[in-house]
Amino acid sequence: MSNYRIQGATGEWEVVIGLEVHAQVTSQSKLFSGADTTFGAEPNTQVSLVDAAMPGMLPVPNAECIRQAVRTGMAIEAQINKYSRFDRKNYFYADLPQGYQISQLYHPIVGEGQLLIEKDEKAGIPEDKIIGIERIHVEQDAGKLMHDQHPTMSYVDLNRCGVALMEIVSKPDMTSPAEAGAYVRKLRSILRYVGSCDGNMEQGSMRADVNVSVRKVGDTELGTRTETKNVNSVRFVMAVIESEVRRQVDLIEDRGTVVQETRLYDPDKNETRSMRSKEDAHDYRYFPDPDLLPVNLEDSFLEECRASLPELPDAKRTRYIEELGLSEYNAAVLTVEVETFARFETLLDITAKHLGKPESEIATTVANWSMSTAPGVVKSLGDEANLEYATAEAQAAILGMQGAGDISGSQAKEIYEIVLKTGRDPAEIADTEGLKQVSDTGAIEAAIDDILASNEDKVEQYKGGKDKLFGFFVGQTMKAMKGQANPQVVNQILKGKLG
Amino acid sequence: MSVNKENVAKIASLARIKMSDDELERMVPELNQILGWVDQLSEVDCSNVEPMTAVIPNELRLRADEVNADPKTGGDRRDDVLANAPAAEHGFFGVPKVIE
Repeated sequence: MSNYRIQGATGEWEVVIGLEVHAQVTSQSKLFSGADTTFGAEPNTQVSLVDAAMPGMLPVPNAECIRQAVRTGMAIEAQINKYSRFDRKNYFYADLPQGYQISQLYHPIVGEGQLLIEKDEKAGIPEDKIIGIERIHVEQDAGKLMHDQHPTMSYVDLNRCGVALMEIVSKPDMTSPAEAGAYVRKLRSILRYVGSCDGNMEQGSMRADVNVSVRKVGDTELGTRTETKNVNSVRFVMAVIESEVRRQVDLIEDRGTVVQETRLYDPDKNETRSMRSKEDAHDYRYFPDPDLLPVNLEDSFLEECRASLPELPDAKRTRYIEELGLSEYNAAVLTVEVETFARFETLLDITAKHLGKPESEIATTVANWSMSTAPGVVKSLGDEANLEYATAEAQAAILGMQGAGDISGSQAKEIYEIVLKTGRDPAEIADTEGLKQVSDTGAIEAAIDDILASNEDKVEQYKGGKDKLFGFFVGQTMKAMKGQANPQVVNQILKGKLG
Repeated sequence: MSVNKENVAKIASLARIKMSDDELERMVPELNQILGWVDQLSEVDCSNVEPMTAVIPNELRLRADEVNADPKTGGDRRDDVLANAPAAEHGFFGVPKVIE
C-alpha cells in the first residue's frame, strides 16, 4: 500500500487512479486500409478512400495489428479471447470522417492481465506491487486538427486517421502519482520489448487518459472520478494526478461535489480544466459494426504469437541477478530500455569470447563499463566523439585487454577516447601510444630492486613500523616504470621483498 | 421500450439531423412501432441459440500488413481524397474552426 496522503482541512485523503493507455500498434499499414503509417509525412498523403470514409468502402483488418495486440496481451499474462468483435462508437468530430470510431466495447481481444511495478523507496513505492489490467482492445486512431494555421478555419490532416491503437485499460489499482508513473514506464518497457509499440511519447505513440478520484483515508467506497484526456508524458501523468487530487479535495472540503467529466491538462499552467463541450459525447450509441465479421483466433495462430515473444523485462532482470550475478541496481537499469540491454548483451557476449571466460565471471565489469565508464568517456568528449566508432567489437577488445591485465582501468578509458576520436584499433593504440601496463615480473622486480637499494634509510624505517612508506615505494616504482606497471604485480612483489 | 419526443430530439441532434417540431411529432409513433415490433421478437427465448453473424457461413478475412498493396485501398492519392472537400488548402481539409 502506498503511503501517499493528501492533508486536507478536514483530515487525510487518499487517491485512487486508473489509466487508459492508448498505444499505437507498430505496423506498416493502417488497421483497416493499406495506407502507410509512417510518422511525419506531408498532410493527407497517407489517406486511403477507406480512411476518408468515402461511400462504399469496406474495412479489412490488418492481420499484423491483431497479432501485435495478442502478443501484448500474452506479455501481460492476460486472457486472450479467441472470439472478439468490432463495434462502432458514434460521435461527430472533424478529425473522424466516418462519424464513428471502429473499436471493441463488448468483446475485446484481450481480457484481464497484470503487470508488476518494482519497489522504489525513494519514489514512495515501499514494495513491489501488482497492477491489474482490465482489458486491451484494438481501435482506430483519429486524424489531427490544427487550429493556428488560419484565422477562421481549422485544418484537418487524416494521415493518422485509421492507424491501429491498442487501448490498455488498468484497474483502479494505483494509489499515488509515483505508482502511476511506474506503471506507465513499465508498460512502455514491455511494449518495446514485445515490439508492438515504439513507445515514442513525443510523437504521440503512447498517450494516457488519467482517471482520478479521492476519498477519506479508511473509506471503502470510491469517490466520483474525473478523466483527464490525452496526457503524453510520464511526468505529465504524475502532474495531472497531483493537481487533480488537490482540486478535488479542495472542492469537496468547500462543500462542492466532484462532477464525473472529461478534463484537459494544460502543462503551462499545470492544471486541468473541464471540456464542457463534450457533455453529450458520452452517448456513443455503440453497436456491432455490420461491416466486420467477428475475429476468431486459431490455436496455431496463438501458438505462433506465444513462440515469438522475447524474454520479458521481469524475467531478464531476474536472470541478470541470479545467473550473471549483477547487483539489483545494475540489473534494473540495464533492463529498462531495449537498446540498453541489447548493447550490454552484445558486448558481454563478444568480451566473454575474447577472454574465453564464462559470462557470469565478467558480467559486472562489462555492466559497469556499459552503464558508467563508456557513457562517461562519450560525455567528456562531447562533439569530439564519433559514435560510429563506438562499436561493440572495439569496446570488447578494450575490455578483453583490461580483463587479461594488459591495460589498467584508466588506460582503458584513454584508449577508448582515442577510439572514439579516430576509429583506430584498440590493440594498435595500446602498442603505439604506450598505453600498456607491464605485468612482466622480471622488469618490475628489477625496478623495485633499484629503488630499494637507493632508499635504504626508508627501508629501515618501514621495517621499524612506518607502514605508510609502502605507498612511497609503490609510487617510486610506478614512476620508474613510467606508470605502466601493473599495480597489482607491483604490490605483490613489494610485499614479498619488504617481508 | 418506447421513446418520447424528447428522446427523439436528442437522437436527432446526436446524429446531426435537423428536424422540425412537426417531424419530431410524426417520428415518435413511427419509432415506437418499430421498437414494439423488436419487443415482440424479444419474447422468443433464444438463450441457447448461437448468434448468427451472416446468412451464409463466412470467415473474417484478414489483410497482410503491406503498404498500398492494392492502390484502390492504399494512400498516396491526396488529390482524390480532397477532391470533394468544400475547402482544401495546402493539402489540408479546411473546416469551420473547432477548438476546445
